[in-house]
Amino acid sequence: MWATPARLQAKGVIGMNRRNIRYIGRYNDRRLYPLVDDKLQTKLLAKRHGITTPDLIGTVSTQFDVKHVVEMVKDAPGFVIKPAKGSGGKGILVVERQQDGGYVKPSGARIERVDLERHVSNILSGLYSLGGTPDVAVIESLIAFDEVFAAYTYEGVPDIRVIIFRGYPVMAMMRLSTAASDGKANLHQGAVGVGLDITTGAALRGVQFNRPREDHPDTGHGLASLYVPGWDALLHLAASCYEMTGLGYLGTDMVLDRHHGPMLLELNARPGLAIQMANGEGLRRRLDLIEKQAETRSVEARVAFAQRHFAREGELASSA
Amino acid sequence: MSRVPFYLLVGALLVIGIILTIFRHFHYDVPFMPGEQRQIWEVEAQVNFDAENGPVRIDLALPSNQPGFRLLTENTASSGFGLSYLRDDKARHAQWAIRQANGPQQLYYSAQLLVTDGEEEFLAEPPALQRDIGWERPYDTAAREVIDQAHERSADAFTFTRELIKEFTDQRQGENARLLLSQYERPVLLTRLLNQANVHARIVNGLRLEDGRRRQSLTPWLQVFENEKWVLINPRTGEQGKPDDLLLWERHGNAVLEVQGGSDSRVSFSMLRHNEPASVAVRNQFADDTLLNFSIHSLPIEEQALFKTILLIPIGALVVVLLRVLVGLETSGTFMPVLIALAFIQTTLITGLVGFLLVVAVGLVIRSYLSRLNLLLVARVSAVIITVIAIISLFSVMAYRFGLNAGLTITFFPMIILSWTIERMSILWEEEGPKEVLKQGFGSLLTAVLAYLAMNNPWVRHITFNFLGVQLILMAMILLLGNYTGYRLLELRRFQPLAKDD
Repeated sequence: MWATPARLQAKGVIGMNRRNIRYIGRYNDRRLYPLVDDKLQTKLLAKRHGITTPDLIGTVSTQFDVKHVVEMVKDAPGFVIKPAKGSGGKGILVVERQQDGGYVKPSGARIERVDLERHVSNILSGLYSLGGTPDVAVIESLIAFDEVFAAYTYEGVPDIRVIIFRGYPVMAMMRLSTAASDGKANLHQGAVGVGLDITTGAALRGVQFNRPREDHPDTGHGLASLYVPGWDALLHLAASCYEMTGLGYLGTDMVLDRHHGPMLLELNARPGLAIQMANGEGLRRRLDLIEKQAETRSVEARVAFAQRHFAREGELASSA
Repeated sequence: MSRVPFYLLVGALLVIGIILTIFRHFHYDVPFMPGEQRQIWEVEAQVNFDAENGPVRIDLALPSNQPGFRLLTENTASSGFGLSYLRDDKARHAQWAIRQANGPQQLYYSAQLLVTDGEEEFLAEPPALQRDIGWERPYDTAAREVIDQAHERSADAFTFTRELIKEFTDQRQGENARLLLSQYERPVLLTRLLNQANVHARIVNGLRLEDGRRRQSLTPWLQVFENEKWVLINPRTGEQGKPDDLLLWERHGNAVLEVQGGSDSRVSFSMLRHNEPASVAVRNQFADDTLLNFSIHSLPIEEQALFKTILLIPIGALVVVLLRVLVGLETSGTFMPVLIALAFIQTTLITGLVGFLLVVAVGLVIRSYLSRLNLLLVARVSAVIITVIAIISLFSVMAYRFGLNAGLTITFFPMIILSWTIERMSILWEEEGPKEVLKQGFGSLLTAVLAYLAMNNPWVRHITFNFLGVQLILMAMILLLGNYTGYRLLELRRFQPLAKDD
């Protein structure tokens, strides 16, 4: 039920306090936070650096414009409305398709035009933003997510979180939404976390509610066969976010788009620690190794370094 | 980046905080425990004299802080007289003056003295030896013989004094002694003899404190010096040391009362003892001295009451920091629990808890209706504020009707905070489900209750209010906690699967 601190220490598990002080505090300059806390800024920045992100349909920044939302999205089959300064996935509304003047969410639930407008209005008031400051609603087109993951997810789009430390990819996991998580990709809400091998992008281990898991609870598909195609390209994309933002300890959330390949969804300057659970391994040893690297390396060299040093054997029974 | 300045800062805060606290405890006698009873003596001196139809000036020696007693307050009553407190060297005295007075006059001086633990007297300068003590015949021979006899039977100044006094006690009183006593008063005689034998000594005036006594007078005591130490000796019995109930009214060998322009002057004392809670005794202390007397007791009572609450907030903050950094408890709003705890202090715990749950529960129900109205956020929260006020008014009236006076205290809740709590909880409910609402709500309430228990502890209230240095210690502790990189208690559970052997 409980672990001793010494045992966790020996396993290299990083706790919240250590993450906050030792990594976020030391490597993330506060001045740079707006680049990632404001998703609109991240998007524009990514565009300048040639990093693909979902298409921007439009933004709404005044209550007056709220009624133009319907017009804005009328040509988009599916779209996502999110607060520019939201955190932890709060306030993200996903519409899969439009039907008879209404909107259908991935769960099949239908919402009306007023619901859409109220959501945008709430975003503008700062309900979801950090510190409750007035915000901007960002409307993006829905990702045409790659069918390779269709069997591993329920309702939501699976995303890939890679922790980037000083530009090196350190640890990765895929988050699969489930019925329990209500289509959301947050592990504490019941999404399945699958640790990914940094070298190959293949599944290492699966967890749901902190318990090891061999298959997806809803689709029943075994997790052992899961791997991310185009893994090297994805790692390069993630690692280059270091140059883009200057943040030393960074969580990058990516998706695989059917047409555009890996895409940057958003960045996080305070990534959570659930990735350790999904990988069944503490972050400490990897972070220590990277702290010892003095020279500056190119993106390619950093990815190669990580792939060389962080290779691992999967723990999942291969049933496929 | 070097952490040395940080630890220096923390160390400095700790040291300064502890020094201020200890200083206040020992120098100002502020007790560490509340509810301690302190003995206070109220001593009144009454000066009587007959004025001789002209200008009058009266000097009365005043007591000062001394081992065993601390002067709290002093008052005078003297209609028509000008008054000033004078201080020369270390002696204090009050000086009354009037241009024209006739007939019997009465002046009053009263002091409140706090009984404290006796401590070592500071080193004192011995008075100068009276060199040319002239004795007339045959007293010179008698004096020399008495001195010689006492000298033989003694080792130092103190034992010498004791032996000298024995010479004058009834059983051993010899002819010499009787002769000398016929000429001089005993204390005066003793100082003369001591001075002649090269022993520094002087007469001081003390008051025996006895509850409810009136018309008492001062008694002379001998102060004998040797090696920069002095010892008080009873000139009548030769007993050494200061009795606990002896207040040294005048302890520098000066006159107690001097009257110019009057006759038949005398001073008499009455006294009263009472016990007061230590806090009262502390409040009555002089708010004088230096900045080191870091006390808010010098503020008006109303501001003091306000500060009493304000100074508790750091305790609540410390509880929050502990629960967050060491335990890892999730709360809704970081310092919201502290504000709720402050409300609990006003309402008492059970009433507060019930009231809080009632308001939030009813608020959530009403908020769920408001959410369907599709309102702008600020307008919606404002509507919730008004709803909360309505709920509180309704509960107060209902509680009053049912005779539950405790229900009335529900008005102490910070309504804007409650409204935001309801709004946040409602959003949380919609987005993450009721489980998360319960989790955060429980975390918030648990934090609030623990903060309340810490803040409402009589000992904590006493310490925070009376020792401002404690604030610095709290600051240092919070800074240190902010530096803690270890695991949180709940993480030991969260990461438990990772600790298993593979």
